[in-house]
Amino acid sequence: MITAHKQPLSPHLQIYRPQLTSMMSILHRATGVFLSLGTLVMAYWLIAAAKGPEAYQQAQSLLGSWVGLLLLFGWSFSLFYHLCNGIRHLFWDAGLGTDIKTAYTTGKLVWVVTFILTALTWLLAFSMTGGG
Amino acid sequence: MDNLRTPLSRVRLWGSAREGTNTFIAQRLTAIALVPLLLWFVAVVIFLIVKADYVTFVSWIRSSWNTELLILLILVSFHHAHAGLHEVVEDYVHNEIIKAITMVSMKFLVIGIAVASVLAVLQIALGG
Repeated sequence: MITAHKQPLSPHLQIYRPQLTSMMSILHRATGVFLSLGTLVMAYWLIAAAKGPEAYQQAQSLLGSWVGLLLLFGWSFSLFYHLCNGIRHLFWDAGLGTDIKTAYTTGKLVWVVTFILTALTWLLAFSMTGGG
Repeated sequence: MDNLRTPLSRVRLWGSAREGTNTFIAQRLTAIALVPLLLWFVAVVIFLIVKADYVTFVSWIRSSWNTELLILLILVSFHHAHAGLHEVVEDYVHNEIIKAITMVSMKFLVIGIAVASVLAVLQIALGG
């Protein structure tokens, strides 16, 4: 039988002052969920391309609208964050870098690399289209 | 393995399915595979897709390396996305019935959209 034990619980989120490490952990999940939604857009874009030139052009202009670009910016940031922090997680899974000092250093590194890659992506993409 | 579970837990279908280690490893393997696949895809989007017309885009997909890498990207992405979403639902949905319904519909949806995406790529790659 499933019985509800009144066991003491460990202090939950509202007890702690936000730290870099915990915030980054939550953001890893949030960006992961947001990126999952992005796979739907990838599917839409591919299916539109399979339908023909008109549907593809429609998808391209939808993604190129300001709402589309804003979402793409969100997805690019989320992608690089989740990618960099994911690599950080893989090192942890291998038992490396789990001490507090290293966890903070790699955490800050993730932010720096995420910003560089996001900025680089958009600078290059705009330079390819000639600013348009 | 199955004899370690009580008959009641098997009948109820709740509790550990004893597949945790496989799930854990699959999530990490797909994560590792996604690093090169996504860097490749982002580079393609930046240097080709943002300014490509339909004909350029189609001929890019038709190169067999691109077809293969794109299908791999789709399969691995959806697998990894599903693993992550599954974990989130496990952690935050506490009602067993709602949890079961969410997990089953999520699995159907993810597989359905993944197959539709692969089909789209194959249609472009093999279409006349």
